[in-house]
Amino acid sequence: MCNAHTHNYDVLILGGGPAGIAAASAAAAPHTSVAIVDENPTLGGQIWRNSFAADVSDPAAHWYQRIQHSPITRLHDLRVFHAPSPGTLQAEAGNGLHTLHYKKLILATGARERFLPFPGWTLPNIMGAGALQNMVKSGLPITGKRIVIAGSGPLLIVVAAYLKKHHARVICICEQAPLRQLLPFAKGVITNTEKLSQALQYRLQLLTVPYRAGWWPAIARGQSQLETITVTDGARRYIIPCDYLACGFHLVPNIELPSLLGCSQSNGFVKVDTTQQTSIPGIYAAGEITGIGGLEKSILEGTIAGYSATGQSTAAQQLSAARSKSLRFASAMQRAFALRPELRRLPAPSTLVCRCEDVPHSHLVSHSSWRSAKLHTRCGMGSCQGRVCGTATEFLYGWPSESVRPPILPVRLQTLAQAEDPASQELSTAI
Amino acid sequence: MTPAYDAIILGAGIVGAACAMELAQAGMRVAIVEPGVIGGGATGAGMGHIVVMDDSPAQLALTHHSQQLWDALAPKLPAAVEYETTGTIWVATHSREMEEVARKQALYTAHGIPVRTLDTAALLREEPNLRPGLAGGLLVPSDAVLYPPSAADYLLQHALQSGATIIPHAATHAAEGKVRLDSGGTIAALRIINALGASAASITPGLPVHPRKGHLVITDRAPGFARRQLVELGYVRSAGSGTTDCVAFNVQPRKTGQVLIGSSRQYNAISNSIDYDILQRMLQQARAYIPALDHLSVIRTWTGFRAATPDKLPLIGPHHADPTLYLATGHEGLGITTALATGRLLRAILTGTNPFIPIEPYLPARSFTPQPENAHA
Ligand SMILES: Cc1cc2nc3c(=O)[nH]c(=O)nc-3n(C[C@H](O)[C@H](O)[C@H](O)COP(=O)(O)OP(=O)(O)OC[C@H]3O[C@@H](n4cnc5c(N)ncnc54)[C@H](O)[C@@H]3O)c2cc1C
Ligand SMILES: Cc1cc2nc3c(=O)[nH]c(=O)nc-3n(C[C@H](O)[C@H](O)[C@H](O)COP(=O)(O)OP(=O)(O)OC[C@H]3O[C@@H](n4cnc5c(N)ncnc54)[C@H](O)[C@@H]3O)c2cc1C
Repeated sequence: MCNAHTHNYDVLILGGGPAGIAAASAAAAPHTSVAIVDENPTLGGQIWRNSFAADVSDPAAHWYQRIQHSPITRLHDLRVFHAPSPGTLQAEAGNGLHTLHYKKLILATGARERFLPFPGWTLPNIMGAGALQNMVKSGLPITGKRIVIAGSGPLLIVVAAYLKKHHARVICICEQAPLRQLLPFAKGVITNTEKLSQALQYRLQLLTVPYRAGWWPAIARGQSQLETITVTDGARRYIIPCDYLACGFHLVPNIELPSLLGCSQSNGFVKVDTTQQTSIPGIYAAGEITGIGGLEKSILEGTIAGYSATGQSTAAQQLSAARSKSLRFASAMQRAFALRPELRRLPAPSTLVCRCEDVPHSHLVSHSSWRSAKLHTRCGMGSCQGRVCGTATEFLYGWPSESVRPPILPVRLQTLAQAEDPASQELSTAI
Repeated sequence: MTPAYDAIILGAGIVGAACAMELAQAGMRVAIVEPGVIGGGATGAGMGHIVVMDDSPAQLALTHHSQQLWDALAPKLPAAVEYETTGTIWVATHSREMEEVARKQALYTAHGIPVRTLDTAALLREEPNLRPGLAGGLLVPSDAVLYPPSAADYLLQHALQSGATIIPHAATHAAEGKVRLDSGGTIAALRIINALGASAASITPGLPVHPRKGHLVITDRAPGFARRQLVELGYVRSAGSGTTDCVAFNVQPRKTGQVLIGSSRQYNAISNSIDYDILQRMLQQARAYIPALDHLSVIRTWTGFRAATPDKLPLIGPHHADPTLYLATGHEGLGITTALATGRLLRAILTGTNPFIPIEPYLPARSFTPQPENAHA
């Protein structure tokens, strides 16, 4: 039995979030084969995953309709782990290895939350802000629960609004960025009319939730799970009893696949030109991986990438003014939520930095590079391969992360071996 | 003017570290020149199997002695070294390989190495994940597994405690008692020891040492999946092959519960990137012995370069032309195992004391007889 599956497309889109969906919609045309690949069971990405097609009033519904009525192949549950040669990706699914050939590739792999270690951060009931939101979407009962939201980024506000709507008691939002750093950005948001309404909407929903800029989590305590979180502004400290801490320090792009493909980067993001093309001709990038900028930027860039990849350059050019504006927004956001240096001093000597391999801060400080630390402490050697601790160690110790190599996600050995049924295999020792 | 050092060791892989420890403990003033991470060369890429091998009497003598040194050191090793006396099972696929089991059994017994012959059923009792129907194997219980970079670091720390110094630069030239550094400086010593592993010939031209590439694959934790290091005997296949690329079944349980899978050998491969053909052949070979490997999750793959010599024995001792230059390289796939014995031998040579095993087979001035391949990592 051979369980290899081969696919050929004119345009392959990697990532089924807003950027990927918009790209697929723009690229869809009668004589062009377009496919969109995502590792999850449904499209939608971080923001629409649980609502895609579920609710007609949701903005996602518009995009769902477009995808639904276009000749786009949707490939779910497919984890891309390797780019063996130009024009080819390899992915793993429940039924084995899939080989995907493309003429044009659009990368829209999105972002994940950044986690920073502080004493107690590994206690149960402390999780990413987006992660807690997703758990509630999947049925976690939250009514009446006391929740502190801390870290950085606009996602904290989005999640606070969501949790309130689901009757949680959101005690406060602690945003590490100081108010003076946030203000220029907030002004920028207000001058943008669409975003103004968004911001107002959140303000209304949040009316009773204090937003503390310049505060951050310092110590989490609890016996078997979280009981209190101590927050600080550097001078004062408050101990807040709570049931959950939703905590993430803004987002970091999922850069593994673009790195593997050799796309040039700057400041950790994929570099693109005005057509969203990367440094590699025929490979485009859109959404959070080119700069954290939220939903509108993702949709816009996805659309441009979809047009560009299919030669619709006039349509792409018409969006260039909007594109410039969204880039300004993204860089203002980057500045607004820049991490404060005090966060580097959060971990105590015994605080775990690498959760997979239980490596504490004290074992890491003496090393001079990620490679040295990795080789001698096993930091980043576990199943996450540094996807979590790598972003923390980069910030804490200033170590640039190392080069990416396949598999970029864990894969079954059988898949990596491009396996045939072992029973039919002859031992190579047997004559 | 007397040089500042009695010995400058080039390279802080496990071999350089072991030499540094021995020479520093012998009272010499030692400097170690290493620009990178301690154990960041082949040492950080290797499997860390401490294994007694018998491709030649000299290989048996060196590996056996070194294995005993590791065994004696084991109680003192910190947890980070992950030392575990897992033993090795040499797996025989069919009856012809059982003849090799019998030969090995007699030889090891004659050298006082405890071994146990396993039949088909006993093999499966030892390692239930092996494919049914294999002929049997030879269990060598005293072999072990460790984590090489931490072991190298342990040895190096002992060298430093005995007064050795680290010089964090690369050597660009080393001869006649002088080592030039990439920083521009020159340091002098009575003796220079080239312990540069696979790059030894880049500093000492003309050495019969060539890089030999190997691939490894590690899985996510799967505690109890295997208990012993499992290696194919590969006798029939190995008898003929000379310099062609080859793969062998070699599976190791790590103390973390992970499974480390080898092994491959390639000449003329310079790039450290993964060669998928070889990787896949290697995995096919492994799953032909252990079909259940299919379901384990692979988290990382990498490569490393062994320092190969024509007769598969290391070069330990004086250089033929430069009286200040000594070599400690060419350990191929056994440098983790034989590092401790190498350090001891070099110390005996430099201090003029009695070596515990005959040194002649390892002296760089020997004449080389090419040896057939084996199946080890
Ligand atoms: C946990 C979390 C929750 C968030 N919640 C909100 C929210 O509620 N509201 C909001 O406005 N913003 C939210 N955001 C911000 C959000 O990322 C952006 O607003 C927007 O979704 C970005 O769109 P995108 O298409 O660039 O990326 P994403 O939506 O992240 O989509 C990328 C997709 O690519 C897939 N993918 C990546 N690599 C591979 C691979 N190798 N193989 C196969 N598939 C792959 C991912 O699984 C994902 O589905 C959240 C972010 C995170 C990290
Ligand atoms: C895939 C694989 C599996 C293996 N498995 C095993 C096993 O199971 N058991 C076993 O016993 N052995 C095994 N080995 C072999 C073992 O890893 C090596 O024999 C051993 O690590 C060699 O150590 P070394 O100190 O000689 O070389 P290295 O560890 O390579 O050290 C050489 C050092 O020299 C430094 N250096 C290089 N150039 C310069 C310069 N110009 N100036 C200064 N310093 C420099 C390097 O940075 C490096 O640190 C394996 C090897 C490989 C590749």
